[in-house]
Amino acid sequence: MKRQIPLLITFFVGTLLIISVFVPPLGDLERDFTLFFDIIAVFAFFLGGGNLLRIHLMKLANRRKDWGFSAVTVSGFLFMLAIGLFKVGNPGGIAEAVDAEGSWFKVMFDNVINPLQSTMYSLLAFFVASASYRAFRAKNREATMLLIAAFIILLGRTPLGVMLTGWIPEWMSVAQIPNLAVWIMNSPNLAGQRAIMIGISLGVIATSLRLILGVERSYLGGDSD
Amino acid sequence: MTNIGVILTLIVIFGGLLWLLVRSISGREVDRRIIFLFIFVSVAAPIIFQITFKERATPVVEALFANIDGLPAGSKVLISFDFDPAMAPEVQPMANAMSRHCLEKGHKIVFMSLWATGQSLMTTTLSRVILPEFPEKVNGVDYVNVGYKAGNEGVLNVIVSDFKKMFPTDVNGVPLDSTQLFRDIRSCADLDLIIALGGGRPGPKEWVLFVGDPADVPVGVGVAAVVAPQLYPYFPQQIVGILGGVKGAAEYEQLLIATHDRFVDMETPGIDMMGPQTLAHVVIMAFIVIGNIAFFRSRSKGGSK
Repeated sequence: MKRQIPLLITFFVGTLLIISVFVPPLGDLERDFTLFFDIIAVFAFFLGGGNLLRIHLMKLANRRKDWGFSAVTVSGFLFMLAIGLFKVGNPGGIAEAVDAEGSWFKVMFDNVINPLQSTMYSLLAFFVASASYRAFRAKNREATMLLIAAFIILLGRTPLGVMLTGWIPEWMSVAQIPNLAVWIMNSPNLAGQRAIMIGISLGVIATSLRLILGVERSYLGGDSD
Repeated sequence: MTNIGVILTLIVIFGGLLWLLVRSISGREVDRRIIFLFIFVSVAAPIIFQITFKERATPVVEALFANIDGLPAGSKVLISFDFDPAMAPEVQPMANAMSRHCLEKGHKIVFMSLWATGQSLMTTTLSRVILPEFPEKVNGVDYVNVGYKAGNEGVLNVIVSDFKKMFPTDVNGVPLDSTQLFRDIRSCADLDLIIALGGGRPGPKEWVLFVGDPADVPVGVGVAAVVAPQLYPYFPQQIVGILGGVKGAAEYEQLLIATHDRFVDMETPGIDMMGPQTLAHVVIMAFIVIGNIAFFRSRSKGGSK
């Protein structure tokens, strides 16, 4: 029974939502179910926040390794939660948007979250450069083709491409590096992306049908039988 | 100063690369920290010496620019900030440039976000671009900021048929029904253009699938460079134009400056960032070449044994 009821709910809701696409009077169902989903999803925020606090507070209480990082996490979480929920330090008070210019929330966002996230992402440039030296080798025909395409795209994404091949006459403009880069994106890349997208879509349809028909039961947890 | 800076930068970088080439040919390994140092110099020097390049717009950027330019004054454009600070250096310049363009053409803008971090970045555009540069534009009449709403694709699924059901008020709690801009907007179908900025999920792709196609509204996108290739299958039927990475932002800024005298002296972070990007790309390409020379040399040595 513990398994049959969730399976029945999945079957009923899945089938109903598929039918609603083809039966106009049932069209609003999709919107209503989306709102139901949003309401249920709100509880995930509580669960997520609660879990984060529980794990880090236990680490702090037991003075486990690197407990200092947990102290930073908990204090940062509680501080942002407080200034976000109660709009502490907001020039417009409780009625103003949480991230109004000059508010503590916006100051923290601009001066802590913004530079930290940007720094993390920009570190990629260093690793890409290192990988380009060590790993990007023309070991075989396929790798060589990839290498040539990468060169054209890299040049095409900078003004250097125009500088190097801008002199090529208009009737041969397809040979200009920026245009070659556009061609790579518009033709070989597009063909590959479409193939991937169609493959993914077929996979999604197949998985959805398996879920609705109760063939795929791993989402129930435990043994699938 | 700029010329001296350019010469110095080129001497340091290309001299260093030559040294690396000699070192690699002689079969000696290059320490990872030296590679990091090269990237640091190639990014920092153009910022310090303000090395910039003139951009030429590609067709995908021109198409979006022409679309916004061609809309009649008073058209309703939705700009969605679906990105975080990690993507902001690439995407925020696009947001600023397109907001300027829309307001200059007399379009009405609805600002929203599907990402929690997007709302603060939206506030940045509003307070640092729109308020100082367009003081004549009125909140509620020329633009409305409805803020962030959790729910990802679910939000899109609802606003495609009923906008106010998901966003009953603007970000400051003002009912949308009381704003002049929303008198004629019931759902996304009443918009003339959607500009989806981002690169993650939910992002431009979801805007096409859940709103653009069902409501038959043109969608233009501005995304981080790594995401742009995934969006080409939608261009030009489902996406009217694509701005990819810093390059896309720089091209858009260049078009804006070239066609609107008002923006000749505007801030151009996209164009400014193309200097570091160009040099970094050159250095990366040089590393690939040097790495391959070392690889072929070691292979030929191995073969002769």
